[in-house]
Amino acid sequence: MKRDADFDELARYRGEWMRGEGPESDIVISTRIRLARNLADFPFIRRCSDEDRLSIERTVRARMESLTDQRWKSAHYVDLEPLSEIDRQLLVERQLISREIAESDGSRAVAFDAAEGYSVMVNEEDHLRIQVMKSGLDIKNTWEQVNRIDDMLEEVILYAFHPRYGYLTACPTNVGTGLRVSVMLHLPALVITEQMDRVFRSMQRINVTVRGLYGEGSQYTGDFYQVSNQVTLGHTEADLLALVGDEVAPRIIEYERKARQALLKNNRDDLHDEVSRAMGILSTARKISSEETMHHLSKIRLGISMGLIEQPDVKVINQLFLQTQSAHLQKLQGRVLGTAERHARRASFLQHHLAGKDDATWN
Amino acid sequence: MKCQFCEKPATFHITELTEPVGPQVMHLCEEHAKGFLNKEASPPMTAIASALAKQLGGQSGDALEELDQKECPVCGISFFEFRNSGRLGCPYDYTHFESDLRPLLINVHDKTEHVGKKPTRSAGTADSLAKMIGLRREMEEAIEREDYERASEIRDEIKAMEDPIAPPSTSSDTQS
Repeated sequence: MKRDADFDELARYRGEWMRGEGPESDIVISTRIRLARNLADFPFIRRCSDEDRLSIERTVRARMESLTDQRWKSAHYVDLEPLSEIDRQLLVERQLISREIAESDGSRAVAFDAAEGYSVMVNEEDHLRIQVMKSGLDIKNTWEQVNRIDDMLEEVILYAFHPRYGYLTACPTNVGTGLRVSVMLHLPALVITEQMDRVFRSMQRINVTVRGLYGEGSQYTGDFYQVSNQVTLGHTEADLLALVGDEVAPRIIEYERKARQALLKNNRDDLHDEVSRAMGILSTARKISSEETMHHLSKIRLGISMGLIEQPDVKVINQLFLQTQSAHLQKLQGRVLGTAERHARRASFLQHHLAGKDDATWN
Repeated sequence: MKCQFCEKPATFHITELTEPVGPQVMHLCEEHAKGFLNKEASPPMTAIASALAKQLGGQSGDALEELDQKECPVCGISFFEFRNSGRLGCPYDYTHFESDLRPLLINVHDKTEHVGKKPTRSAGTADSLAKMIGLRREMEEAIEREDYERASEIRDEIKAMEDPIAPPSTSSDTQS
């Protein structure tokens, strides 16, 4: 494993899950599946001494390095403790690590592959959080890959497992399978037509959680919502995958499609106007916040999906969602930026890319 | 009346309308009520808080106090600390607090039996897991007092309890 990663290089590219391809990718951004696992011979993180955490991190790293599979040989292994705040934030924005692990203390690390298709967090809420992300709605392949990684790690790491309660986790809400299946959806039409509350309510009864995604502030941003299973114990992995992937996600996708059709039928001109205005603002603004950027990018993404505008390509929009976030912007700029400066550079970055130019010519 | 999560007086009395189990009343101090009502509160905490509220709501103050003082012999966490944080301290807690956790698991998951994937290697019983954690504690203490011979003996004992296919320890496996 490579004991570092080139963060400047990382900021320039879209990860695997941001490709904007795969099944239902006009609405489904990504599928993410994570498994929570703990080592058998250590306390959970809450009762770990600093030495315990260090020992867990070193043990896991040594065991990962002993694996001969190519996917580990070429993986990056990054010690998070000495990283700058911006580099940690960059990994959060790319969804390779959680905000919780970025902001916690003590010995902690992440292993991930160059394509950013998987990551393994060490010393998050549980000793191991194994996750695989894919673009679009792709439950089957995502599960197969995360299951394989789990099997490989299990060959060299003894997990805490109870015959009745399954994989033991720090929080009883994850015990059993330790499995969380999450599908990230872009639902602008349901937001415009004010139907999200109804979706939330209808989902409460069937053991799934729907959450809006936060940007830098506490506002839901960009009309992104994540749907995931609520229970982890007493069901097989296949049942939980089917619940989210075959039952719930397709239903929400159908609601969103119907809302889009209704908008096209009843409010096409208004919608077209909104999309064009969003394009206008992002192409001409001199300073702009991350939240406002997300709001307008969401409208443009909807406009592209519905065939109201032809340019830019949806891949460009996906990339802008990622690269206009604050850590990415600062890495691309090559220095730390204050808020006012960030707003100005973000506006310039958007203008440059919406005009079809590339990173290399932006400064 | 005390807050269900700390020693402060409960000034907020919140009725949660939850499906399908019906309304649950929570008695919370201002700080915990803010956390509970805050939309950013993580769902697990909310799930645990409301499940515990339902489970412990009918208990007398004395019974609750007794439960709160119950401690795990392996990691030392008290039930009160678990209630306060929503996080357990070690794998043995699932055995030590089993009777207290079962109703909570039913509330959260509606089930108490794992039916999914199993690891091919088993760590043995809850007692052997606890023993491994205890041994590790002992090893750290031995290293601290610079008794490396004893630390090495304990490390070998832990290794023996683990699967023999685990790779041999390297110098980076433990601190020197």
